[in-house]
Amino acid sequence: MSAVQEVVTDAPAVEAVPKRALTLGIGTSLTVLAALILAPLFVKNFIIFQMTMLLVYGLAVLALNILTGGSGQFSLGQSAFYAVGAYTSAILMEHAGMNYALTLPVAGLICFIFGFLFGQPALRLSGVYLALATFALATAMPQLLKLGYVEHWTGGVQGLVVTKPDAPFGLPISQDMWLYYFTLAITIAIYVFSVNLLRSRSGRAFMAIRDNEIAASAMGVDVALYKTLAFGVSAGITGVAGGLGAIAVQFVAPDGYTITLAIQLFVGMVVGGVGWLPGSIVGSAFIIFVPNIAEGISKGLSGAVFGVILFLVIFLVPHGARQVALVAQHLLGKLKKS
Amino acid sequence: MELFTNQVLAGIATGAIYACMALALVMIYQAIDHLNFAQGEMAMFSTFVSWQLMQWGVPYWGAFLLTLALSFAGGIVIERLLFKPLAKAPILTNVAGFIALFAIINSVAGLIWDFTIKQYPTPFGSSPFLGSQLISTHQAGMIGVTMLLLIALYVFFRFTRMGLAMRAAASVPESARLVGINTSWMIALGWGMAAAIGSIAGMLIAPVVFLEPNMMGGVLIYGFAAAVLGGLTSPFGAVIGGFLVGIFENLAGTYIPGVGNELKLPIALALIVTVLVVKPAGLFGRPIVKRV
Repeated sequence: MSAVQEVVTDAPAVEAVPKRALTLGIGTSLTVLAALILAPLFVKNFIIFQMTMLLVYGLAVLALNILTGGSGQFSLGQSAFYAVGAYTSAILMEHAGMNYALTLPVAGLICFIFGFLFGQPALRLSGVYLALATFALATAMPQLLKLGYVEHWTGGVQGLVVTKPDAPFGLPISQDMWLYYFTLAITIAIYVFSVNLLRSRSGRAFMAIRDNEIAASAMGVDVALYKTLAFGVSAGITGVAGGLGAIAVQFVAPDGYTITLAIQLFVGMVVGGVGWLPGSIVGSAFIIFVPNIAEGISKGLSGAVFGVILFLVIFLVPHGARQVALVAQHLLGKLKKS
Repeated sequence: MELFTNQVLAGIATGAIYACMALALVMIYQAIDHLNFAQGEMAMFSTFVSWQLMQWGVPYWGAFLLTLALSFAGGIVIERLLFKPLAKAPILTNVAGFIALFAIINSVAGLIWDFTIKQYPTPFGSSPFLGSQLISTHQAGMIGVTMLLLIALYVFFRFTRMGLAMRAAASVPESARLVGINTSWMIALGWGMAAAIGSIAGMLIAPVVFLEPNMMGGVLIYGFAAAVLGGLTSPFGAVIGGFLVGIFENLAGTYIPGVGNELKLPIALALIVTVLVVKPAGLFGRPIVKRV
C-alpha cells in the first residue's frame, strides 16, 4: 500500500471542457429566451409554478456547474447553501418585513460569505474527500435549522410561511405569472454574469486550476484564493436560488432541504453536462420531471426507475445534454449542406 | 467517575456498529480509490436477504453464511456490470453512478419487503454481558466479530498471495500488471469483499437499529466519520475510528449541555471537517504523496 500517486496518469476529477463549449450561440440563445418568455402566456397557473421552480433549480444547478465545471471542485452540499438562502429570505420577509426583492441580494451575500468560509477548510481537500465533507454538511443542515437556539427565528420543525408577492404597479397578471417573470429576469441576469465570469481572468484561473493545479500555481494563479472564491460565488448564486424558491413555494421547513436536494442538484449537473452552463436548465428539467415520469411508470419503483435512467445517461451520453446538443448541431450542419 | 466509565462502555458498544461499517468502506476505498455512497444500501439489501432466508426456515448461521456468499457474488456482479465500464471515467461520473445505485437498491428493497420496521434475531442473545447493564451479549458479540474480521483481513492482506496481489493492484496498477496480476479482477474482488463485509455489518447492526430500507442512513454517516478519523487507507484505523466515534458521541451527549439526539449528525459533521482539516490522513492512515 504505497502512498505515492501518479498525478499524470490519474483520471481527472472532472473532464476538461473547452471554454468555447461553455455557452450557446446567439441564435439559439434568443430562441430559448423567446420560448421562456412566451410559454407562460399559454399555460395554467400550476404549470407556471413548475416553470418557476424549473428556473430556480436551474440557477442552483448553474451555481454547482460554476464550482465543479469551472474550478473542478465537488460539492454534495449545495442544499445547505440553498437552505441558508431560503431561510435568509424568509426570515427577512416575515420577521423584518423587508421587500421580497431586496431580500435576495442579502441572501446571496450571506451565502457568499458562508461559502467562502466553508471553502477555507475545503481547500485542503480534493475529489472524494471534498464530496464527503460537503455531504456531511448537507446531512447536518436540517438538524442545525431545528436547533432550539435559533427556533425563534427559523420556526423550528414547523418552518415559516412566506407570503406570495402581488404583481407591482397594478399589472393585470396573476401572482404566479409575475413571480415567473421576476425569476426569469434574475435568472437571465445571473446567467449573463456567470458566462462573463467564466470568460474573464477569474474564469480562466478557475479552469486552469481545474485542469492542472500545479501548473496553474506555477503560472501565478493564487490557487487558494480562486478555489475559495469559486465556492463563494457558487454558494451566493445558490443562496439567491434558495430565496427565490422560498418565495415561490411560500414555505420553508428544515425537511425541505435534506441531502436529497443536494443529490438532485448534483444529478442535474451531470445530466445537463458538466461545465456546460445552458445544460443547467436541462438538468433542472430532469430533476423536476423525471421523478414524476418514474412514478408514472411504476409507483413503488420510482427510485429504481430514476436510478436506471441516471445509469443510462452516464453510459449512453456521459457528457449529458451537451453531447446531445453537439450531435444535433452536427446533424443540422449536414442537413444544411446537402 | 462511574458515569464516565459507563458512558465509555456504552460508546464502545455503539462504536462497534460504526467500526463494521467503516471497515467495509475502507475495504472498497482500498480497492477502487472511491468512497461508495451506496455501501450502506448494499449492506441493507444483504441483511434483508438473510432475513428472507430465515423466514424460509434456514437456521441463523446457515442464512449468515449463505448471505455472505450471495453478497460477495452480488458485489462482483455489480462491479462487472456497472462500474467496470466506468473505470476510466472521471470521479464525478463514478459518484453519480453510486447515487444511481443507491436509489435503485433502496427502492427495490422497499418494493420487495416494504418500509415497515422488522425485528431481526441475534445469535448471541440480549441478556446483560458479564452482569453489566450497559453492554448486552449481542453488543459484546458484535465487538468480538468485528475484531475477528479485522484479524482475518490483516492475515489475508499480509500473508497470502492474493492479498499481496490486491494491494499491488490498488497502489501501482501499471507495475502490478507487468508482473502478471489481473488488476481488473482484483478490483472486482475488492467489491465482493466489501459487499460481504458490509453484509456482516448489516446483520450485526439489524438487531439494534431494526430492519428497514432506511436503516443505514445515520450509520453510514458515522461510518464515514469513523473511516475518516481512522484514516481511509487503514482497515485497523477504521475499526479504532469506529470505537472512538462511538465513545465521543456518548461522551458529548452526556457532558456537553444542549447536545441531545437532535445534534448527533452535526457532531459527525464537525468531526469529519475537523479531522479533514487538522489531519487529512486520519489517525492511522498514510499521507498521500503526489508525484508531479
